[in-house]
Amino acid sequence: MGALGLYGRYAMASIKGQLNYPASFVLLTIGQFLSTIVEFIGIAALFSRFQSLGEWTLAQVALFYGTVNIAFAVADMISRGFDVFGPLFVKTGEFDRLLLRPRATPLQLLGYELRLMRLGRLLQGVLVLAIAVSRLDLAWGLAETALLLAAVAGGVAFFLGLVVLQATLAFWTVESLEVANTLTYGGVAAAQYPLEIYHNWFRQFFTFVVPLSCVAYFPIVGILGIDDPLGAPRWFLYLSPLFGFVFLAMALIAWRLGERRYASTGS
Amino acid sequence: MPQIAVQDLSKTYRVAERRRGLIGAGRGLFSRTHRAVEALKGVSFALDRGELVGIIGPNGAGKSTLIKILCGILMPSSGHCEVDGLVPWDQRIRHVARIGVVFGQRTQLWWDLPVIDSFELLRDIYRVPEVSFRATAETLISLLRIDQLLHRPVRQLSLGQRMRCDIAAALLHSPSILFLDEPTIGLDANSKLALRDFIKHLNRHNGVTVILATHDMQDIGALAERVLIIGHGRILRDGSIAAMRADTPGQRRLVIDFSEDVGDITVEGATVLSRTGRRVAFAFDSRVTAAHTLIGRLTADHDIAELSIEEPTIEELIADFYASHGAVEA
Amino acid sequence: MRDAGTGPYRAIFAARFLMMLQYRAAALAGIATQFWFGGIMVMALSAFYTEGGGSASITRAEAITYIWLGQAFLGLLPWNVDPEIAVMMRTGNVAYERLRPVDTYFYWFARAMAWRTAATLLRAIPLLLVTSVVFDWVGLGAWSLQPPQSGTALALFLLSMVAVVLLSSALTTLLNISVVWTISGQGINVFTNSLVLILSGMVIPLPLFPDWAHLMLLLQPLAGLVDIPYRIYFAHLSGAEAIAGIALQIFWTMLFIGLGHLCMTRTMRRIQIQGG
Repeated sequence: MGALGLYGRYAMASIKGQLNYPASFVLLTIGQFLSTIVEFIGIAALFSRFQSLGEWTLAQVALFYGTVNIAFAVADMISRGFDVFGPLFVKTGEFDRLLLRPRATPLQLLGYELRLMRLGRLLQGVLVLAIAVSRLDLAWGLAETALLLAAVAGGVAFFLGLVVLQATLAFWTVESLEVANTLTYGGVAAAQYPLEIYHNWFRQFFTFVVPLSCVAYFPIVGILGIDDPLGAPRWFLYLSPLFGFVFLAMALIAWRLGERRYASTGS
Repeated sequence: MPQIAVQDLSKTYRVAERRRGLIGAGRGLFSRTHRAVEALKGVSFALDRGELVGIIGPNGAGKSTLIKILCGILMPSSGHCEVDGLVPWDQRIRHVARIGVVFGQRTQLWWDLPVIDSFELLRDIYRVPEVSFRATAETLISLLRIDQLLHRPVRQLSLGQRMRCDIAAALLHSPSILFLDEPTIGLDANSKLALRDFIKHLNRHNGVTVILATHDMQDIGALAERVLIIGHGRILRDGSIAAMRADTPGQRRLVIDFSEDVGDITVEGATVLSRTGRRVAFAFDSRVTAAHTLIGRLTADHDIAELSIEEPTIEELIADFYASHGAVEA
Repeated sequence: MRDAGTGPYRAIFAARFLMMLQYRAAALAGIATQFWFGGIMVMALSAFYTEGGGSASITRAEAITYIWLGQAFLGLLPWNVDPEIAVMMRTGNVAYERLRPVDTYFYWFARAMAWRTAATLLRAIPLLLVTSVVFDWVGLGAWSLQPPQSGTALALFLLSMVAVVLLSSALTTLLNISVVWTISGQGINVFTNSLVLILSGMVIPLPLFPDWAHLMLLLQPLAGLVDIPYRIYFAHLSGAEAIAGIALQIFWTMLFIGLGHLCMTRTMRRIQIQGG
């Protein structure tokens, strides 16, 4: 059974387990929906008062907001294995068991749990995206759809990459470093607005060091069909989601190095 | 062509030294000294297909290090190791697809899922074709008598039940080698016997190579013709229990139930091993003092109700062996 | 209402407080995160002020001050339940609460108060220092925390903050009580969190909401957690208005204490019935 099929199996097993506690799951999901949508309510209120954010309208911001929330929600749903990697796998030695299975360890960690509760953020993102699409006067064709899917896919890869990198740290230190939370949750908080509104150094960090803008800003500008205020050429807007995958690939290379270290030092 | 070939295997760990006291802790922030711990020093041996080998040794001797290297989850510092033509760590995925591993203390099954769900997940992980999976699973389920347990979540099982399921799980993909690390620990007497029978059957009838690391000498006695004794990171002995007995030919025990209380009894030619009430165990060398001589000396002064002569238990053999090689527990 | 003598309440306060102070490492990581989040909010809000149209009753500097104060005193928000309670419920030890010769409600109140203040103290001081003084030094003055409007403002602000502690403790105790009643042992904070965040002013300062909502937002209890004290700080609420604000805080506090005290008897009875 290939990797995708196996992941499907893992997902079914995890869902089955969680459906044993349906009330809890429903409540948590609703709770998360509410917790996330208050952010958009805040943004809507600000637009109501300030009318605009530079060149950006509420509907446009909603497009940015919805996309990055959807991407993060999906990544968040599947990444629990990496979140708990340090305390539950390295510290306990359970990682040995993963190494004893004839599969790549990242795949096994992805399969560890599918957090259904994150559907709350996902649904919220979809809702806001729907609002954006309905209020924007866009010619919605194949190119736009492809770009949207690419942005979401690239975003999922990007956020996964961040989580993988944080988990890789656990190979070197027992201290749980939650620095990556600033980049994941912080990244969502920042990218819910078009990254153009921030200062130079902030944008550059999130383009060249951590390619958040490549998955959350440039593709959306491409969809909106406007000229990028930052001056990026058209072709770049279409190719930028790839950098999310590049980032993930680099994270997985770091992971391999970490695995090697684990194998040579024992646990 | 041996199935497992190990040559000059060594493993040294670098362990960070903890500094003492407050000042030490402060300096420890800036620099760390490391201590080298040699877990394995030049270990060599070979196993043929279908062998059943026991690996014993005191804690800290290097047993788990050796097992981990053979499994492919630890890299040695130097030396060669080949299992079925593969280098375990370097070709991890291909290698682990051919082995099964059971850790006595830990289950590999999914805690909240029914046992059968775990089995099916493993089938997918190991890419076992449906038909052979069905056949193998049925055989294992009936041999290990776990058909009643299949739909229970693992967290509801007792230790013995879980162990049987774990063994089945480790064999679903029909590995050619089975590693067992303390499989009978914590099990009741019946379960232990059943498990030993199963392992013997697996080895004799299915030709599965079995490597058994354990402290339980009854396991060793029942199963292992060949034993690797590890101490201080080296192989102290590679051979059979029978050969070990042959090495110390005259060792015997004489156990006597006296008809009366005998106090602090001594006798020429033997040392007192233990005394419980009226039962006294003596150790003697039958090459030096014949058994009947010893008995005669004792009956001269005391009345005897019962007596028996035994060879040393495996525990005693091994303990003596450890002691003589300075390989006692760290 | 209270038993004679505050000894036991002070004791539990001290115990919980000291315990919380041990979580220094986590606090440090948390502070870094807060700088980050606060920073992003400040940057986004600045962009609205600079590039947007419309007008607001608070200036940009005031809005930024509002945000940093919010981050500094984040620990005071009643947004999570005391994990000790959940553990007590699971292990059944909660029944022992009844055995102590104290009013159970105020016992839990003291505990909640200790928890909130300890959590805040660790973070507030560095955050306040850095966002006010250090930011000015390093040239980030445009984004820094402004000093209070006047001595009076500061005095009233401190009074208001005391009220915040009491209000938050009352709300936290209610949340803790809800843990006893919910099946999953999580309490109702799953829902209340989003309410707390938006209605207190943590998502965006309340004055930035549409004008028609202002009165409603001011009168609801959660405004007393963030909005009222910070507006007193920069004298957006001054003089009589400030006093009225503090009175509002006290009013809601007393209401929630009363509610909690009422619930406590029935809660303890439920625990006894369930066997703890």
